[in-house]
Amino acid sequence: MQIISVLGWILLILGSFFCLVGSIGLIRLPDFYSRVHAASIVDSLGAILILLGLMTQTQDPIVIIKLVFILFFMMLTGPTAVHALARAANLADKESK
Amino acid sequence: MFIAATIAILVVMLIILLRAALGPTVFDRILAINTFGTATVLLIALFGFLTGRPDFMDIALLYALINFVSTIAILKLFRYGKLGETPSE
Repeated sequence: MQIISVLGWILLILGSFFCLVGSIGLIRLPDFYSRVHAASIVDSLGAILILLGLMTQTQDPIVIIKLVFILFFMMLTGPTAVHALARAANLADKESK
Repeated sequence: MFIAATIAILVVMLIILLRAALGPTVFDRILAINTFGTATVLLIALFGFLTGRPDFMDIALLYALINFVSTIAILKLFRYGKLGETPSE
């Protein structure tokens, strides 16, 4: 259990690092579509790594199953919402030209 | 180590709010609020582990769904002007 716990800490630290990098990109990048990419880093990579890291920290199987559900929904809906937003912005740009 | 991850997520939320206040277009703000919702889900899950109460995972799961539905709803409202039937284009 010790090695799995250490692996969990590493995953948590990596996940929060990617969240920080994505959020710094969200305020520093010059264009809207670049910011969409930076925000999707937080949505997909940061969330998945943090949730995987949290899964290793507990022994209760019900908590692990709930975290699997959260992970599944995040992987399904996060990139979909960001893609819909980018497509809506693209259509609005085309209409205003 | 949960405390370090929680502080990192809180800093991320502050930075995202900065973008939500600054963003020149409305799509910047919608993007910021969607990412803020994802960070909220992570914060609730981390907080559940921090205080040793596993019931917070239910709240995190529910808010992940609410976040997605509300992003799609506000995009639809912004494009079509109403939340009902969309006109066929």
